[in-house]
Amino acid sequence: MSASEGYLMVSLFAIPLGTALLLMLVPSRERGAIMAVTGLSSLVLFILSVYLFARYDYTSQEQFQGVVAWDWLQNVGFLGDHGIQLKVGMDGISAAMVLLTGIITLAGTWVSWKIQHRTKDFFILLYVLIAGVYGTFVMLDLFFFFLLYETALLPMYLLIAVWGSTRKEYGAMKLMMMLVAASILIFTAVFAIFTEANLGTFDMTKLFGAHYDPRMQKIFFPMIALGCGTLGGMWPFHSWSPDGHAAAPTAVSMLHAGVLMKLGAFGIIRLGFQILPEGAAFWAPGLITVGITAALYGAISALRQTDMKLMSGFSSVSHMGYVFMGLGTLNVVGMTGSVLQMFAHGVMTALFFLLIGGMYDQSHNRDLPNFSGMAKQMPIWTIFFVLGGLASLGLPGLSGFVAELHIFVGAFRVYPVVGGLAVLTAAITATYLVRMFAQAFFGEFNPRWNALRDITWTERAGAGVLALSMLALGLWPSPWVDRIANTLARSIPGVSL
Amino acid sequence: MSEVVQFNYSLLVPEYVLAVTAGVVLLADAFRAELKLGRGTVPWMVVAGAVLTVLASIVTAGRTGEFAGLFAVDAFTTFFRVLLAATLAVVVVGSHEFVTKHIRHQGEFYTMLVFATLGGTVMAASRELLTAYIGVELLSFSLYVAVSLAKRDPRSGEAGLKYVLLGGVASATLLYGMSLIYGAAGSTSYGLIAEHLAKDSEGVHMALVLGLAMVIAGLGFKASAVPFHMWTPDAYEGAPLPVTAILSATSKAAAFALILRLFAGPLLPVLRDWQWMIAVISLLTMVFGNLIALQQTNIKRLLAYSSIGQVGFMLMAVVTMSDVSASALLLHLGGYLVTNLAVFMAVIALYNQTGSEEISDMRGLAESNPYLALVIAAGLFSLSGMPLLAGFTTKFILFQAAASGGYLWLVSIAVIMSTVSLYYYLQVVRQMYVLQADGSLIDPQSPDVNGPRWRLTATGYVVTAGLLAGVVFVGLYVSPLAVAANRAAAALFS
Repeated sequence: MSASEGYLMVSLFAIPLGTALLLMLVPSRERGAIMAVTGLSSLVLFILSVYLFARYDYTSQEQFQGVVAWDWLQNVGFLGDHGIQLKVGMDGISAAMVLLTGIITLAGTWVSWKIQHRTKDFFILLYVLIAGVYGTFVMLDLFFFFLLYETALLPMYLLIAVWGSTRKEYGAMKLMMMLVAASILIFTAVFAIFTEANLGTFDMTKLFGAHYDPRMQKIFFPMIALGCGTLGGMWPFHSWSPDGHAAAPTAVSMLHAGVLMKLGAFGIIRLGFQILPEGAAFWAPGLITVGITAALYGAISALRQTDMKLMSGFSSVSHMGYVFMGLGTLNVVGMTGSVLQMFAHGVMTALFFLLIGGMYDQSHNRDLPNFSGMAKQMPIWTIFFVLGGLASLGLPGLSGFVAELHIFVGAFRVYPVVGGLAVLTAAITATYLVRMFAQAFFGEFNPRWNALRDITWTERAGAGVLALSMLALGLWPSPWVDRIANTLARSIPGVSL
Repeated sequence: MSEVVQFNYSLLVPEYVLAVTAGVVLLADAFRAELKLGRGTVPWMVVAGAVLTVLASIVTAGRTGEFAGLFAVDAFTTFFRVLLAATLAVVVVGSHEFVTKHIRHQGEFYTMLVFATLGGTVMAASRELLTAYIGVELLSFSLYVAVSLAKRDPRSGEAGLKYVLLGGVASATLLYGMSLIYGAAGSTSYGLIAEHLAKDSEGVHMALVLGLAMVIAGLGFKASAVPFHMWTPDAYEGAPLPVTAILSATSKAAAFALILRLFAGPLLPVLRDWQWMIAVISLLTMVFGNLIALQQTNIKRLLAYSSIGQVGFMLMAVVTMSDVSASALLLHLGGYLVTNLAVFMAVIALYNQTGSEEISDMRGLAESNPYLALVIAAGLFSLSGMPLLAGFTTKFILFQAAASGGYLWLVSIAVIMSTVSLYYYLQVVRQMYVLQADGSLIDPQSPDVNGPRWRLTATGYVVTAGLLAGVVFVGLYVSPLAVAANRAAAALFS
C-alpha cells in the first residue's frame, strides 16, 4: 500500500460527510435525488472498502500502511511538532473493520430507502454516523480518533428517538447517556496517556512506542476497557444495547450492532492493548472473566426473550462476550478469533436486524409466540433468517464457525475451563435459535399473517450481500486470518502465538 | 523609571473609537428628530463603531506599549479587544429587531452596551489594580442599567435591582481585597507587586491571603462562580435577551481577562496560597452549575446555569496557571463565545417569532423552522462538547492542559459534569426534534402535527449563519484561533 491508498482512506470519511452536506442541499420532497445520492455514495464506499481490504499487504513488515498525514495544530500550548495531525493508515485489523463497515453501509442504505418520514434528515444523520465509524477505524491520531469516535455517537439520540419504535425515547436516552458516560473513562485515560507519554503529540504511532509507567498502565487500562467495552456491549454495562436496539429503526440497529459495537472492541485493541500492553497483560484474566460471563449471560437471557429484536440484542451481548474473551487470551489465535468474531457478528447481526425490520414494517409485531409457519408465507425471508441463525450457532462453512473456533482454541490454551464454558454457551445459542426456527418458521401457519408479503427487492439485495459475506468468511477465511493474525503478532508486545 | 515618559497614544485608538461611538450614539439618539435619522440608524452606528474597533485593534496588533505600567497594549489586549468588539457587533446585528420592540430608551441602551465593551477592554489591558477596578466598574455599571431596560417586564427591574445591590457588595469586596494586597506588596502596579511577592515568599502573610480570598470572591461574583453565582440566574432571566447574551459573553470574557492578568502576573509568585481556593471554587462551580441546570424550564435560566458550569471548566485552567493552560483557556473562551452567541442569537430570533422563553414552547421547531432548530441544536451540542463543533475541540484542549498541569482528578470530574450537561441540552433538542407542536411524540406511522412554517429576518439569517459557520470552523480547523490564543498567552507571561 502506498500514500495514494492513504488518500482513499481519507475519502472513506470525507465521502459520507460530503454526502451529508450534499443531502442538506437537496429538497426533502425529492426522494429520487436522495436515493440516488445515498445509493451512489454507499456503492462507492463499498467498492473503496473492498479495494482497501484487498490491497492491504500482510507480508509487509510495516505496521501501518498507506500512512498520510497533514498537520492540523502544532507548537501551540502543550503541543510540540506535529502535535495534532490528520493522520490515517491501516493495519490488518482496521482493514477487516473497514470492509465490514462497507458491507453494512451498503445494505443499511438500501433498506432505509423504505423510510417515508423525514427521509432526508434520516440519511444526513446516518451518514454522519458512518463517517464517524469509518474515520475511527483508519485514524492514527489520538485526538481525531476520539473526535470521530464521538462523532459516531452524536447522531444516535435523534436517529432512535425520531425514527424508532417500542419505547423509543427511553431507549434513545438510555443508549446516548450510557455511551457518553462511558466516554468519560476514555477521555480521562486519553488525557493521562498524553501526559504520561510527554511527547507533545497525539500521533498514535509515536504513542505506541512511548514509555508508560507499569502502575499507570494498570490504572488506566481498565478505564479504557470499561469505556470502550460499554460501547462494545460488555456485560455488565450492556443494558443499553437490547433496549436501544429494540427501539432503533432497522438501519440504525444494523449499523449500531454491526459496526458501532465493534468500534468499542477496536478501541480496546488500539488504545488498550497497543498503547498500554502491560496493563492489558495484567487485566487479561479479568477480561476473560467478563467475556465468558457475558457470553453465558447473554445466551441465557436470549433464551427468555419473546421480542425478536430483544433476542437479537441479547444474542449480540453474548457474541460480543466471545470477543472480549478472545482478547483476554493474549495469544494470537484467540485474539485473531476476536477480530474475526467482530466481523462475523457484525455481518450476522446486521442480517438479523434487516430481516426483523423487514417483517416488523408490515406486521408491527415482533413477538415470537405470535408467529408460526412463516416459511410458507415468506420463504426468502426464512431462508436468510435460517442462514443467519446457522452462522450464529457456529455451523461450519459459515462465518461464525471460523471465528468461534479460533476463540475456543485460544481459550483452551490458557484456561481450559473457560473454553469448556464457551462451548456450553454455543450449545445454549443453538437451543434458542433452533427453538425459534421450529416455532416461528416451521410448524402450522398462523392465518393472521395472510397479508404479509415476502421482503422487498432492496431488502433481498441487502440481505444477499450480507449472506454472501458470511459465506465468504466461512468458506475462505484466509484473507481475513492472514491480515489479522500478522498484525496482532507484530503490533502487540508480549502476545504469544 | 527615570527615562522620559513618552506615551504612544495611537495605541489606544480602539478604546477611543469605542468611547466616541458611545458618545455619538447617545447624542444621535437624543437629537434623532432634529437630525431626521431613521429608526435603524443608531444600531448601525454601533455596529460601525464595533467593526472599526476590531479593525483598529488588528492594525495596532504588532505594536506594544506599557503606559508606565498602567495599561498594556500587547497580543493579550488585542485578543480581547477583537473578541469583545466582535461580540458587540454580533449582538447588535442579531438583536436590533428585538430592541425596537422590547427595550425602553434605546439610545441609552446601545450606549450602555458600548461602554460595557469598553470596560471589558480596559479590564483586559490594565496592569495596575485601580485601573483594573475602573474597568470592572465601567462594565458593571453599564450592565446594571442595561439589565433593567426591558419594556413591560417587571422581572427586568427586579433583576436590575438584585444585580446592582449584589454587584455593589462584590465590588466592595474586590476593592477591599485589592487594598489588602496593596498593603502586603506596597504597590498597585502588577509588575512591582510581582517583584515584591517573589522576594519574600517565605511563610504565609495573613493579610495577603485574606486579600487574595476577597479578590477571588469579588472576581468570582463577576465571573459567576459558585458560591458567588446567586445573582446569575435571576439577572439572566430578568434581563432582556441581548443583555443576557452580553452578560454571558462580554462580562464573562472580561472577568477571565482580568483573572488571567492578575493570577498570571502579580499573584503568580504566591500560587501556593490561592491555587487551592480556585480549585475548590472550580469544583463547586462545575458541579452545582451543571446539576442545577438539570431542572430548568426557562431557556434563559438553563443557559445561565450552563454558563456557570462552563465557568467551572474554565477555572480549571486558572488552577494550573501556566502559559500552556492560559493559552488553552483563551482558546476555549473564544470557542465558547462563538457558540454561546450562536445559541443566544437563535433564541432571540425565536423569541421575536414566538414571544416565549419556555423550553416547552420550542416543540416542533424542527418542522416549523428547521434551520433555526439546526442552529440551536448545533450550538447546544457544541456547548456540551460534541465533536465536529467548536466545543469538542476547545474543551479537549482545555481539559488536556489542566491534566498536563497535574490536575487529572479535577479534569475527570469536569468530564463527568460535561456529560451531565449533555443530558439537559438533549432535553432542549428533544423538544425541538422529537416532540411535535401539540406536545405529542413524533410517530413515523402518522402524519406530523406542525405549526406553520416561518422565516427569520435577513439579519437573523446572516448573523446565525455566520455564527454557525464559526462554530463548525473552530471545531474543524482550530489552528488560527489557537495560534492567536497562544500568542496572547505568551504576551501574558513575557
